[in-house]
Amino acid sequence: MNGSPISYSDKKYKVLGTRPIRHDGTDKVTGRAIYTNDVHFPDMVHGKILRSPHAHAKILSIDTSAAQALDGVLAVITGEDWPHLKDKIAHLGEGAVNLADLSENCMAIDKALYKGHAIAAVAARNVHIAEEALSLIKVEYETLPSVLWVQDAMQDDAPILHEDLRTDYMGAKGDKPTNIATHLQFEQGDVEAALASADVVIEREFKTATVHQGYIEPHNSIALWNEDGKLKIWTSTQGSFTCRQQVAELLQIPLSRVTVTPCEIGGGFGGKIAVYLEPVAALLSRKCGRPVKMVMQRDEVLEATGPTPGSYMKIKIGATKEGKLVAGDAYLAYDAGAYPGGVIGPGCMCVFSCVELPNARVHGYDVCLNKPKTQAYRAPGATQAAFAFESVMNELADTLCICPLELRLKNAAKEGTRRVDGPIYPRVGLIECLEAAKNSDHWNTPLEGKHRGRGIAAGFWFNIGLKSSVSATVNSDGTVNLLEGSTDIGGTRTSIAMQLAETLGIAAEDVHPKVVDTDSVGYTDVTGGSRTTFATGLAAYEVGLDLRKQLCQRAATLWECDVEDVRFDSGTFVGCDNKKITFRELAEQLPEIGEPVVGRASISKDVSTNGFGVHICDVEVDPETGKVRVLRYTAIQDAGKAIHPSYVEGQLQGGAVQGIGWALNEEYFYRDDATMANASLLDYRMPTCYDLPMIDTIIVEVPNPDHPYGVRGVGETPIVPPPAAVQSAIYHACGARMFKLPMSPPKLWKAISQLS
Amino acid sequence: MPGKAPAKMAISTTINGQNYDFLCEPRQSLLEVLRDSLQLTGAKEGCNNGNCGACTVLLDGEPVNSCIVLAVEVQGRELTTIEGIANRGELHPIQQCFLEGAALQCGICTPGFIVAAKALLDKKPNPSEEEIRFALAGNLCRCTGYDKIVRSVQAASERIQAGSTPKQNPQPNQTNQQQAQQQQ
Ligand code: FES
Ligand code: FES
Repeated sequence: MNGSPISYSDKKYKVLGTRPIRHDGTDKVTGRAIYTNDVHFPDMVHGKILRSPHAHAKILSIDTSAAQALDGVLAVITGEDWPHLKDKIAHLGEGAVNLADLSENCMAIDKALYKGHAIAAVAARNVHIAEEALSLIKVEYETLPSVLWVQDAMQDDAPILHEDLRTDYMGAKGDKPTNIATHLQFEQGDVEAALASADVVIEREFKTATVHQGYIEPHNSIALWNEDGKLKIWTSTQGSFTCRQQVAELLQIPLSRVTVTPCEIGGGFGGKIAVYLEPVAALLSRKCGRPVKMVMQRDEVLEATGPTPGSYMKIKIGATKEGKLVAGDAYLAYDAGAYPGGVIGPGCMCVFSCVELPNARVHGYDVCLNKPKTQAYRAPGATQAAFAFESVMNELADTLCICPLELRLKNAAKEGTRRVDGPIYPRVGLIECLEAAKNSDHWNTPLEGKHRGRGIAAGFWFNIGLKSSVSATVNSDGTVNLLEGSTDIGGTRTSIAMQLAETLGIAAEDVHPKVVDTDSVGYTDVTGGSRTTFATGLAAYEVGLDLRKQLCQRAATLWECDVEDVRFDSGTFVGCDNKKITFRELAEQLPEIGEPVVGRASISKDVSTNGFGVHICDVEVDPETGKVRVLRYTAIQDAGKAIHPSYVEGQLQGGAVQGIGWALNEEYFYRDDATMANASLLDYRMPTCYDLPMIDTIIVEVPNPDHPYGVRGVGETPIVPPPAAVQSAIYHACGARMFKLPMSPPKLWKAISQLS
Repeated sequence: MPGKAPAKMAISTTINGQNYDFLCEPRQSLLEVLRDSLQLTGAKEGCNNGNCGACTVLLDGEPVNSCIVLAVEVQGRELTTIEGIANRGELHPIQQCFLEGAALQCGICTPGFIVAAKALLDKKPNPSEEEIRFALAGNLCRCTGYDKIVRSVQAASERIQAGSTPKQNPQPNQTNQQQAQQQQ
């Protein structure tokens, strides 16, 4: 059931909170929107990548001569064609990357570190010839032992991926080769003493499988390295500027020689921030002098882009018999994949983020193993941690016979709560979300029937700020063109345009937003980190203020009065003697009164604000097969201010369903030879609409003090609570407590059969 | 295995009511020919494997995954692609309801869903929620969680049955029970 948001503010808006049709909608429902793969250039050729069949192998030699000789092949490249880079860290918004690793991930130099690792690439007249050419490349490998599970990779005798890797522990380096790239630690209070004083202590271990973002559009890019030395790229990316930066650094060319045009993007969820194809297509294009298009096949997407970590976690919490938490101790080991730099950091920051916990300790490990380099996936690192922590919370509630919702209310993080990694919360909305859950129709409808159960869980994620730029011009018909650098994955053209419209007192439809290339707007960070509606929206608000100021000036010119005498009042300019002119009327006169009106705004925010959600899930378990059916689901979240409620609901629903998939079915399933057995969308089983009920939503609005309209980003939090909510629902349905994701039929069936 | 490219074949077909004649290799999929040779890029490539439904088109009125149909199979047959769903400048009710119901986020799955939904509503103008979910189970969407897609198809079904396309909003606040009751 999706009603009006529950608002904790008395501000009234004209545009915000309404549900206009998105600006790019018609193009998308008619098939006219241009995604990268829809772009075609004269003389364009097609690139393909040869990938390692082994999970860990030395590359002894590569012979490309037969491929080169094939009719229709225009260029072949290998790791030899790449500039050799030194270690250098680049910040990409959601996480940092070592450029040397990124380069090797785009194409291996002397060692393949996972099945699917790129070894060589060809460009040919069409994809069929390119595929034929790949089969003609001869590579000699010496296979090495491989390691696929995080705890195995941490052992002293594990196969080592990088001989020069040393553990970084609080800034100090270890002294022997290892796969443990980083050991993090956060601590506050006295954990041991508090645990000793607790009435109940629960300690549990959890494991989660590697999962993929599963965006429907595969990675695809086109590059043209022109004869003038300029490189143009059209691509599917979450951040055109970070793409430009990565390509320029990897290919060692000046930033200003690279133009990235972000095409429409068919999903990302964190997986389209790092580059894979762009630099490969660029090098092929330089070699053959023609535009090169590359499109991954689905098995390449699964095997060779960045899924999100599998993990091993151990959580211990202590509480009084009244259910007040006194201490928490967490051990998190996340798989980084083939190169260091996974999402362990945010995992550690999020594990205790929903509760007030005076005594807490978190150890986190970032561990390399022979799988693709892991990447961000919607609230990166938080879902795993929440699965573990929230499951233990539910077990505590069951042990103490306290309602799990009351247990959470009793311990909820609120304004002033210090998170274990340091920050102190400003005004946040977790308690309001829990109250909304408590008052919801779902929570108050008893669940009847055999093998049915209900579960609940909370979740947390940040909104990062970072940098955004926009510019805007006023048209003489009273509309405004808005240029922005934030790629639009889920309808942010509209949520950003609405904030400008509100600021100018005009209709959402009268703002024409456009996502432009890296030459045409100021630097803008990635669409990620739940920052776009929040941070680029803030830039849109500020460009609105800029335009308002300039238009007051023009009104003053028109009325021949002082600019101080003109003020802006919701869409109308008011001068002395109560002279009035609407935005549109003034715009119509602009061509006569001076230069065109162009506004600009750029922001750089280090604030990171906070989003909380609570999910309720009802399931039915078939004890004969272990199959779980979701009967009813409600996602509740604090949106600060829901700019476009339909798209906020859509984020809650989409995130919840990804989380349900993660909970029940999705996993990278490996064969004994360390190759993935389910590298297709048939076997990597994401939820279909037949697997699901409607997903009800309740939007709570506790204004974010760091945003003029109170906005909080909403994109990521909704994937955090589902696995724990589903886990608890399964327990109440059949008595089996699952500590491993996914809780797929064979595993649940086994757990159920061991009960009796 | 590498060798000489196979000889091209001449194919005649009807696409969105127009006659098309094209040459293609026997190994080329219908999706490849639609997108690369005929520049009908509305059908999307999501998996190239018959698993995601992004490339759905109608072949003699039946929804098919064009990535696993060979182009040579369409000889003499009739195709409808997303480009042929709107009627001379006017959106089909399904398209209109997808817009109003916010049934898309990234939009890559949208053409496939609309074509598949049309195939369903052409045959069964008043499907149940279960029937809608079943008919669309071959189309993956990773962004929306399907809720708004299913509701938009329900809204389109109502509109088509009412025989007009009034410009009112679909009720985003309805539960499925309420909607089901209204349909009874
Ligand atoms: S592209 Fe045809 S079914 Fe996925
Ligand atoms: S809207 Fe993105 S896959 Fe459906």
